[in-house]
Amino acid sequence: MSAAWEVVIGLEIHTQLATQSKIFSGASTAYGAEPNTQACLIDLGYPGVLPVLNGEVVRMACKFGLAVNATVAPRSVFARKNYFYPDLPKGYQISQYELPIVEHGELFITDDEGNEKRIGITRAHLEEDAGKSIHEGLDRYSGIDLNRAGTPLLEIVSEPDLRSAKEAVAYMRKIHSIVRYLGISDGNMQEGSFRCDANVSMRPRGDEAFGTRTEIKNLNSFRFVERAINFEVERQIEVLEDGGKVVQETRLYDAGRDETRPMRSKEEANDYRYFPDPDLLPIEISREFVDSVRETLPELPDDKRHRFVDDYGIRHDDAAILTTNRATADYFEEASASADAPAQVVANWVIGDLSGALNKEALEIEASRIPAEALAGLINRIHDNTISGKIAKEVFEAMWAGEGSADAVIEARGLKQITDSSAIEAIVDKVIAANPGQAEEYRAGKEKLIGFFVGQVMKETGGKANPGQVNEILRTRLGKS
Amino acid sequence: MSSKDLHTLGLTQLAKGLESGEFTSVELVRALLGRIEAHDTELNAFITVTADAALQAAERADAERRKGETGVLNGLPLVHKDIFCTRGVLTTCGSKMLENFVSPYDATVVERLAGAGAVMLGKTNMDEFAMGSSNETSYFGPVKNPWDLARSPGGSSGGSAASVAARIAPAATGTDTGGSIRQPAALTGTTGLKPTYGRVSRYGMIAFASSLDQAGVITRSAEDAALLLGVMAGFDERDSTSIDHPVPDYVAGLGRSLEGLRVGIVRQHFDAGLDEATGNAVREALAVLESQGASLTEVDLPNLDLSVPTYYVVAPAECSSNLSRFDGVRFGHRAENPEDLLDLYCRSRGEGFGAEVKRRILTGTYVLSAGYYDAYYLKAQQVRQLIADDFRKAFADVDVIAGPTAPAPAFRLGDKTDDPITMYLNDIYTIGANLAGLPGISIPCGFADALPVGLHLVGPHFGEERLLSTAHQYQLLTDWHTRCPEGYA
Repeated sequence: MSAAWEVVIGLEIHTQLATQSKIFSGASTAYGAEPNTQACLIDLGYPGVLPVLNGEVVRMACKFGLAVNATVAPRSVFARKNYFYPDLPKGYQISQYELPIVEHGELFITDDEGNEKRIGITRAHLEEDAGKSIHEGLDRYSGIDLNRAGTPLLEIVSEPDLRSAKEAVAYMRKIHSIVRYLGISDGNMQEGSFRCDANVSMRPRGDEAFGTRTEIKNLNSFRFVERAINFEVERQIEVLEDGGKVVQETRLYDAGRDETRPMRSKEEANDYRYFPDPDLLPIEISREFVDSVRETLPELPDDKRHRFVDDYGIRHDDAAILTTNRATADYFEEASASADAPAQVVANWVIGDLSGALNKEALEIEASRIPAEALAGLINRIHDNTISGKIAKEVFEAMWAGEGSADAVIEARGLKQITDSSAIEAIVDKVIAANPGQAEEYRAGKEKLIGFFVGQVMKETGGKANPGQVNEILRTRLGKS
Repeated sequence: MSSKDLHTLGLTQLAKGLESGEFTSVELVRALLGRIEAHDTELNAFITVTADAALQAAERADAERRKGETGVLNGLPLVHKDIFCTRGVLTTCGSKMLENFVSPYDATVVERLAGAGAVMLGKTNMDEFAMGSSNETSYFGPVKNPWDLARSPGGSSGGSAASVAARIAPAATGTDTGGSIRQPAALTGTTGLKPTYGRVSRYGMIAFASSLDQAGVITRSAEDAALLLGVMAGFDERDSTSIDHPVPDYVAGLGRSLEGLRVGIVRQHFDAGLDEATGNAVREALAVLESQGASLTEVDLPNLDLSVPTYYVVAPAECSSNLSRFDGVRFGHRAENPEDLLDLYCRSRGEGFGAEVKRRILTGTYVLSAGYYDAYYLKAQQVRQLIADDFRKAFADVDVIAGPTAPAPAFRLGDKTDDPITMYLNDIYTIGANLAGLPGISIPCGFADALPVGLHLVGPHFGEERLLSTAHQYQLLTDWHTRCPEGYA
């Protein structure tokens, strides 16, 4: 980005609340059912039907409000957002407008300079999702699937406090992490349970006033958020530097072409004619209710991260990674509890090999083929010198493939480290005898050759010799003659 | 009693006859279906007659009675305004938009009445989507007033009122958003009760203006209305605006005397604009109440003159949104061969809705628009609050407020169709109760130019018991409610 310009970003994140039934009807919210099999008369907007609020969404919104240090409104009101679209059965969406359930929240991210930065959360409001229009595979027709209609959403609106695409992603990840910690959303981005709209504008660096913004709709991955914003920044700078004006409009990000395109301009923008929904009573929340919800709050990512650094003595960055989701943090804690090695070693394994193996198969950590305690068992065999770090990788793979515990794999494959010094000495002597030239050079001062000898010994032992021990014996033997 | 006279009886009397075995539900239903056949061609009170289903239901009711398992309305026939969804039966709301709509479910009101044993004879004609005061906005043509076939029975529950007045049905359901039960009751010489907002579930009642709509009944007497209300009223978890408030035994409460009743009179109700003969009939009715120990006090409702303009902002605003679901996509009228989505919407709605409905959708869309919302919708809601406060203050001193239901007796069909404002003013006395969510009842209290006049009683929230007992006591002293239009005896 040109140093002359500063980008201002605000995000509207739509997160699907993990309720069993819809926000205003008893129909199931399960994903992936046959089209229109999970839409009841209320979801279909039949004449005469009325919405009834699912109390669970109130509890969930309240949880979120408390987690981001926000005000949970004692009274909030549902409003109708009126517009026509085939996948919007009633011709209006029930949302919250003037009086949302959550206001004035905040969270902290690490900014581009590595400093902690506060991001304001303007509001979070409850609303129902619309259905889906389907165009693919239908000749001359459009299909409508109303399974999603009436699915509860919490729309979380940030202040325009974000100053780069990276910050936007960091903020979005943080919200993602919080809603998953709270158990109020599965955060599944492929299924559309977590998506965002990004408002992007440019202003000359140092200016107070905001520039004209565009809104990039429906971004459903962290990568797309970053790329879409970066594209939009470059585009707007180009427009401005050419003496043009940014048009306030809604744009769509095309991941295939890595560009944003206008969707509809302001001239065609709808007047949504919001007004309080007369079919629903205001949501009234008592202090007692808020207190009871507060008692159910889990430890949140920031608190957990600080505790991991303080209690386990692991690196700050690693603590941040481990606490991104609750299941990973739990896994780490469980493994640490059974491991004799320092917690940092456990962290390295979880972040390294284990994450790698999970990613390869796109598994969540809950579905790990190696349970936390078993990983600790492997780490313990390294720590007590039964196996080397290198052999450990092989054991890990065998465990992953279902060959049993670390001990079982070591036993079955005969991977126990050779720690008997007389046995190692015999091999060392054999290696030195087989490489007289290199031995001569070593003795002449080419000490780097020690690596060559270690390698040869390890090869002879099938990697089972203790490398530290080999090193020591080699130096003694090579120095002797 | 001969089966050819069964139609002359009201609901309570019919219940006794069924109970004593004097006649069966099947005999009764047959007799009334015969009345429909004989008279509906001239009245046009019905959109759908469910003769076969009615006879089957009557047979079941008779069988249950023989087994001794009877609901309070067992075997009693009634008709539903075509705004209530009825499973497997056409539910048109008086509109071309729903000309082909067969509801897949029953409204709570329909379900509760059927559950108590009531037998539905058919669905009655109404102003389109309940928008009208004359029944002339119905896609199915206007209903005729049995007192004078050249006149309107009022609206929007005109078919319900006419069928009760013409002794076709002993009782009918109706809905009242601005006077749609009480005004037709007044114009047809029947008893019409609109309960407190939230007293009766709105689930399954096709919405016009959600914050004003309330289901009620049109009957021959207050006693019959009490019987029905007891079944219809009560909390419904499917309607968030229905209120969880105990339902009293309305029939048992009818005996309360008029002695000590504090009746409030609003001076503006008797100002210019009220037809003279209508005013006289109402004054005489007040004198009857007074003669039985009721006291008359003047009460002030200073913002009442704002009720019609307030109503015509709030109701259209809500209707413009409520009627958005009629888009030709999932049910109802769909234009043929639409070119694209916009064409589908525009033509489906353009063809499906009548002029009055369109007028109100346009008005409502306008008052909710950006830049106009504060000046119209928000202001109207504030005025509405003032009107509600006026009533609240008034009810500190009186038990009921009494006055005329409508400014004049039934008008000629076609007289007001070109002038919506004059038409809207027909509801000038009834709209206040809707804006404030109060119960109101209209009972016959005399005649003006040989046409029935209605006395309007409004009570405080959940004051139905006192309204019904007052009306019942009045009906014990008078016989206006027993008068039958010529040719329908």
